[in-house]
Amino acid sequence: MKRIIAVIRGEKLEEVKKALIAVGCDGMNISEIKGRGRQLGIRESYRGSKYCIDLIPKSRVELIVKDEDVDEVSQAVIEAARTGDVGDGKIFISPIDNVIRIRTGEKGDDAV
Amino acid sequence: MAAIAALSSGDTSWVIVATILVLLMSIPGAAFFYGGLTKKKNVLNTMFLTLIAFSIIAVIWVCYGYQVAFGSSISGIIGSPTNLFMTGISPDGMNGSIPTILYVTFQLTFAALTGALISGAIVGRMKTSAWIIYIIAWVTLIYIPICHWVWGGGWLMNLGALDFAGGTVVHINCGVSALALALVLGTRKEKTLLPHNLGYSVLGAAFLFFGWLGFNGGSALTAGGLASSAILVSIVAACVGLIVWCIIDTIKVGKPTVLGAITGLIAGLVAITPAAGFVDVPASIVIGLGASCVSYFAVYYLKEKLGYDDALDVFGVHGCSGIWGALATGIFASPFINSAASGLLYGNPGQLGIQVIAVCVSVVYAFVVSYIIAKVLDMTMGIRVEEKVEVEGLDTNLHEESGYNL
Repeated sequence: MKRIIAVIRGEKLEEVKKALIAVGCDGMNISEIKGRGRQLGIRESYRGSKYCIDLIPKSRVELIVKDEDVDEVSQAVIEAARTGDVGDGKIFISPIDNVIRIRTGEKGDDAV
Repeated sequence: MAAIAALSSGDTSWVIVATILVLLMSIPGAAFFYGGLTKKKNVLNTMFLTLIAFSIIAVIWVCYGYQVAFGSSISGIIGSPTNLFMTGISPDGMNGSIPTILYVTFQLTFAALTGALISGAIVGRMKTSAWIIYIIAWVTLIYIPICHWVWGGGWLMNLGALDFAGGTVVHINCGVSALALALVLGTRKEKTLLPHNLGYSVLGAAFLFFGWLGFNGGSALTAGGLASSAILVSIVAACVGLIVWCIIDTIKVGKPTVLGAITGLIAGLVAITPAAGFVDVPASIVIGLGASCVSYFAVYYLKEKLGYDDALDVFGVHGCSGIWGALATGIFASPFINSAASGLLYGNPGQLGIQVIAVCVSVVYAFVVSYIIAKVLDMTMGIRVEEKVEVEGLDTNLHEESGYNL
């Protein structure tokens, strides 16, 4: 099992959700985060006071998938979230030791 | 004033409505306008400053404020305090074609609004207790005397100073008083302007615009051509102010800003206020244009150059556009709009001189007395919150509440 964390543009979240559901990945956790990568800050100014907003709001999608689904799911996220400009985000993939469904006590792939 | 006249139900209805509209300018207008511009941690305190100032001044106004401001004049300096607590003023008493009681109420909303507007300069760092005492002293020692001089039969009125709805009494007064208070209070640790909810400010500006038509239109005290003309020129000046600020923004930084748009709108309204019942539409376009130019300069350059921390630009917008509007009244007042007055362009250059005197007197008097009040409070009770409170936010420290628990 693998955990996929995708940090994406907030405005791409709906498209990414649709793409994930289309490849059969229904479960997901989503959080609104602030962060920075190589994309530099957004400039704002109010009555002449200028700011550089250096942490940019992003959406973070967290998925747990079976090993064999990782490539398909990652590809779905990439296709839905990509604009081609700096700031499209990143995907992080890491192994998961075990998953337990609390209601039934099922473990491993059965619980995903 | 005391002339026996028949009540006009048309005039009375209009001024009742106008009174309620002016209330809309303070609560929610100023409260939302200022609230949206402050930091998230100070939004409630900012709104509270408006609420408490309005309430205190309203009570003072009926106890002794109206009486001293509009009582029969003692040598043009101050009104004689009769009818304290409104005793002796019956619902049958008349002021022109409207009841005296209605006039008192209409003027109440003006005094209370003016006090509420001051709060924009001092947000984020003033003690609540000091604000309350300041407001009591301010309305007693600054608002009431200036109001008497200009509107209550005092010496500036006798001199012929024109102020239709409050260029000197309201806007120069609040802008300059606020500047003096902010100077004594000192700068905030973090003084850059970063509005936490600019949408609130757009809402507040819209309420101010809406209510302002009652403010300027109601000042005619009659429901007729003069009120209609005042409302028309107010809308025109406000819209020109908005457009001009957007143009300047676009030239200077390449994009129009929403904050700039509402600031220009307010500047235009401020400047047309003293002139509303005296000028025609072409003049109102020039007044709106001038207002945005003057206030833009004050907010972008003067403030930075002089380094004072007028947090939400009360001096820059109300003070500076108020001065421009009061002077413009002396230039553009047209006898074709209001037979009571003519300005420089209609062959009466003396009027501009009188306006200069009224502006200088209001500026100097409001600044000096506000500065003294603030200094005395600072030396006795202290006017500034502790540094810890300022950093953590006034809402949780002074009110044990926070604006957002979503």
